Amino acid sequence: MAEFNLPKNSRLTEGKAWPKPANAKNVTEFKIYRWNPDDTANPRTDTYYVDRDDCGPMVLDALIWIKNKVDPTLTFRRSCREGICGSCAMNMDGKNGLACTTGIDECGGTGKSAGKVAIYPLPHMPVVKDLVPDLTRFYAQHASIEPWLQTTTPAPEKEWRQAKDDREKLDGLYECILCACCSTSCPSYWWNGDRYLGPAALLQAYRWLIDSRDEATGERLDNLEDPFRLYRCHTIMNCANACPKGLNPAKAIAEVKKMMVARQV
Amino acid sequence: MQSNSSMRTPLGRVRGLGSAKSGTGHFWLQRVTAVSNLILTVIFIGVVIALVGRPYPAAVALLSNPCVAILMLLFILSACIHMRLGMQVVIEDYVHAEGPKVLAVMANTFFAIAVGAASVYAVLKLSFGG
Repeated sequence: MAEFNLPKNSRLTEGKAWPKPANAKNVTEFKIYRWNPDDTANPRTDTYYVDRDDCGPMVLDALIWIKNKVDPTLTFRRSCREGICGSCAMNMDGKNGLACTTGIDECGGTGKSAGKVAIYPLPHMPVVKDLVPDLTRFYAQHASIEPWLQTTTPAPEKEWRQAKDDREKLDGLYECILCACCSTSCPSYWWNGDRYLGPAALLQAYRWLIDSRDEATGERLDNLEDPFRLYRCHTIMNCANACPKGLNPAKAIAEVKKMMVARQV
Repeated sequence: MQSNSSMRTPLGRVRGLGSAKSGTGHFWLQRVTAVSNLILTVIFIGVVIALVGRPYPAAVALLSNPCVAILMLLFILSACIHMRLGMQVVIEDYVHAEGPKVLAVMANTFFAIAVGAASVYAVLKLSFGG
């Protein structure tokens, strides 16, 4: 059955409250998920206070500030700090996004958590440590759609040519950075992630399905035609809401379904 | 961690038993019956409203009209197919243990056929004079 409760060893506990920075006037509270694979303790949420006058505007700036100045054990992935590598994908204030392109002021909850920034790893993925999820299966799903040009015609001497309007069909698809924000925001992926390919892999599948240079469209559709791989998408559209690059995986999946019907009806 | 729980490669696990090469028929029939439900449900509601508070012979009289009876039979067929398809999707979404899933999908089919058969019998009985 779908899991409505976390397993006992995954239930959150209240963690440590770290000291407030001395003499800071402009302080924001961060509640951050912590879990260490090297002990048997349950995950916890630690409270940190960030001196905003000493820190950049983005959530990633705050995480780096905490790691440098408060707690060097806080673990997270980051690389490019400009929204192109997808490493710092996490759940901030209940929404998946990239820590480097999400402003601290964009977060901050409502009600009891007003003014606080809650940070968790991407939902419903195995956790490696703290904010680092295990994306092994996610990458394997991407590999399974064979994201490369497939042709039978011998390769031309120069390059495979593509008309300008055919190239334009790839806009809104090729920009995907595989950060996993969309797939891990999708309830269908939470419940059936072992069989459903998820929005990110399906958006990439569509990117190759409509590439005018590709000659394996039929085989690609065969590979996707499955009640679980493709048809677990129920157009919930959390994917489009979560995508930090403004893409629309739900639309790409709908287009794949239309191609499936088109070759039958 | 899932990646350490077995020696099988992640790609091998994702590929699993391969594509079922079906599902489009299910998806398409669900859309087709959604469209037919849209029309037939309106007619069904019209028939129900026409019969509110009226005696049994009035129902017999209305349903002995072949057009009304056939539309009601089509409504039952369309609604039961749509119900079965929709419920199957819900079961596949939430029931993951292989045994209970197969049982639930089977029970769902039996239920849809039973409801359909009973409804068809009732309409035919009325249609042919109660």
